Amino acid sequence: MARGQTGTTGRRKANGAGAPSGKAAGGKDELLKYYRAMLLVRRFEERAGQLYGMGLIGGFCHLYIGQEAIAVGVEAAKRPGDQIITGYRDHGHMLVCGMDPKEVMAELTGRIGGSSRGKGGSMHMFSTESAFYGGHGIVGAQVPLGTGLALANWYREDGKVAFAFFGDGAANQGQVYEAFNMAELWKLPVVYVIENNQYAMGTAITRSSAETHLYRRGASFGIPGAEVDGMDVLAVKAAAEEAAEHARSGKGPYILEMKTYRYRGHSMSDPAKYRTREEVDEVRKTRDPIEHVEQMLEKNGWADEAALKAIDAEVKRIVADAAEFARTSPEPEPSELYTDVYTEAQA
Amino acid sequence: MTDILMPALSPTMEEGTLAKWHVKVGDKVSSGDVIAEIETDKATMEVEAVDEGVIAEILVPEGSEEVKVNTPIARLDGEGGAAAPAPPAPKAEPAPEPASRAEAKGDPVRAPEPAKPAPAPALKDPELPEGVKLVKQTVRDALRDAMAEEMRRDDAVFLMGEEVAQYQGAYKVSRGLLDEFGPKRVIDTPITEYGFAGLGTGAAMAGLKPIVEFMTFNFAMQAIDHIINSAAKTLYMSGGQIKASMVFRGPNGAAARVAAQHSQDYASWYGHVPGLKVIAPYDAADAKGLLKAAIRDPNPVVFLEHEMLYGQEFDVPEDIDWVVPIGKAKVRREGSGVTLVAYSRMVGLCLQAAEELAKDGIEAEVVDLRTIRPMDIDTVVESVKKTNRLVTVEEGWGPMGVGGEVCAKVTELAFDWLDAPPMRVHQEDVPLPYAANLEALSLPSVDRIVKAAKAVSYK
Repeated sequence: MARGQTGTTGRRKANGAGAPSGKAAGGKDELLKYYRAMLLVRRFEERAGQLYGMGLIGGFCHLYIGQEAIAVGVEAAKRPGDQIITGYRDHGHMLVCGMDPKEVMAELTGRIGGSSRGKGGSMHMFSTESAFYGGHGIVGAQVPLGTGLALANWYREDGKVAFAFFGDGAANQGQVYEAFNMAELWKLPVVYVIENNQYAMGTAITRSSAETHLYRRGASFGIPGAEVDGMDVLAVKAAAEEAAEHARSGKGPYILEMKTYRYRGHSMSDPAKYRTREEVDEVRKTRDPIEHVEQMLEKNGWADEAALKAIDAEVKRIVADAAEFARTSPEPEPSELYTDVYTEAQA
Repeated sequence: MTDILMPALSPTMEEGTLAKWHVKVGDKVSSGDVIAEIETDKATMEVEAVDEGVIAEILVPEGSEEVKVNTPIARLDGEGGAAAPAPPAPKAEPAPEPASRAEAKGDPVRAPEPAKPAPAPALKDPELPEGVKLVKQTVRDALRDAMAEEMRRDDAVFLMGEEVAQYQGAYKVSRGLLDEFGPKRVIDTPITEYGFAGLGTGAAMAGLKPIVEFMTFNFAMQAIDHIINSAAKTLYMSGGQIKASMVFRGPNGAAARVAAQHSQDYASWYGHVPGLKVIAPYDAADAKGLLKAAIRDPNPVVFLEHEMLYGQEFDVPEDIDWVVPIGKAKVRREGSGVTLVAYSRMVGLCLQAAEELAKDGIEAEVVDLRTIRPMDIDTVVESVKKTNRLVTVEEGWGPMGVGGEVCAKVTELAFDWLDAPPMRVHQEDVPLPYAANLEALSLPSVDRIVKAAKAVSYK
């Protein structure tokens, strides 16, 4: 289906003029890679939802289902060493940046094999190895923190770019604008990726935001922005590449508003009564990011049903292994209670 | 005849240098004319005439140092001008310390209780190597030197905050650092505490070692989410992966006559939080040695300074890499009659109180906590075992305070050694008032410490 990119920059008219490089056509290998990555996130999240229902996962658990193209598309635009930071809807980002699904799932179940040794949980996971800086539970906190990662890049002049993800809800936090100001003032290499899934918990964006075109939110600081179809992985990748190039070349921050949708509730405990079943079904039917790639693969003859099924089977196995590991990995030793409060090791 | 008085340039200024007279005897002046320049260690200001008239007499010659605020510096022969001190008019640069962001008019207020230099500690400092030379230095310069030395030592260390660079520090603590290290390592931020505390924490997570200066810790309340939720907790939540080796520093506690929103001691607030280290030094040697330790520490450190101590001089060891260990209290005065436990500026009051008590035959032992978290309770307990009596002194409020924590610990660890219930001296349980008399009533004083010490001694 046609999924034309509606990219505009905040400095230009919102009519599509001057959009980032336009709809990118992916090659076979590339599309297969994205397909697999998005499918892994979806199957992982479905399993996480199941484990939550079984009482194996506690607390808050925010699923990424529906938004997969954003994490995968941005990952494809990253260069080695570029950092990522996000809020609490973080499982997808962790999986695509290379973290082991086992350690992610085991963190969800609060086990020693988890990426934070069971001490962070769903909302607080990190991987210095994968330059993934969390996983933050305070809405909007990752925006100054991510800008601080960019400050470090600027300080070291190492050519890295930080990608700070946040939602339409976080976009109304005051600290976001404090960070925008400093980022543009000092031309810090940061790309702000707003995952606009239309609902800040249960509040529709039109009920919470005076300016609903979030890519314009940097206008008063002079930060360019673009609206991107966040359900189209190629559009996401193309926009992220352009934004990263802007940031990397010393021109400062860039805002990408990814128009997306989450299929599940805000968290597992959210029955999502604030929207209709029809609304969700409509998006699933017409805009699903995975189905979109699937259609492209089939249309080009790059993958038949059997090939896609094989990928699905492989992904399911990975997720099943992760779930098994998360179930059997022991709980942390009581002695873990007192570790990692302070460190002796030099940073 | 009207006296022109030495004006105060800031709420805490007590004296200054009369650098230059712009008028001489016989000159006619009208209000608004610049008549003199005065200097403190923080700023140079022009003094404007308030009344019209002829300069009849210059009472304090130019170049005079340590001229006390409110000293008559000249006489004006005018037509019935009311006696009024001339308020200073800020020159473009440098300007006075902003104790408030609200524009400070040149209100010649004074500290209600001038912070006298404390009696010299009688003890030989066990931390000092034999034969080291001591030099007099203000707390302000000691802090500056600590930052400069650590920035020379480690490229990852940088300073960010409001007015730290071009303005040379709101309280002139970062004087000279921009010149030496340049704008990349001494970064002026907008007035956005929440934001720049977050940026600093993010940079620390990426492996840099930021020193985040708050103009005062009162403004850090806007940033407390990042200090606690981001900086203090992330090491734990990441299973040890993400470190934040950084320092949040700035003046804490009550300055003088700046009222409730600008006068608060946050030691117990931050001391409550696992993952943070919290330091509140008293003298210049500790300010320097502990700030260097804080910068080197791989954990987030809240470093609470005191505006009223910035200008005080103390002995500081010269020409050694002076690093004071975090988490070690210091016995500043030995005594067997009563233990006084304090930190920051209150240590000075305790030392004064100890002198008063000595006149009445009570030898007080003064324990300077220096570090609030982790607290060196052993040193306190050792002292209580000797004196059997305990008074805690803090500038913050009593409930849930540092003194309460000390009392609880001592009760747990040395209950049988106590000959009297411990007592706490602290700020009265009210927002700090502006009126000079009420402010003095609210804050701990030498007199209140003496009374508490006598009470626990049943004297």
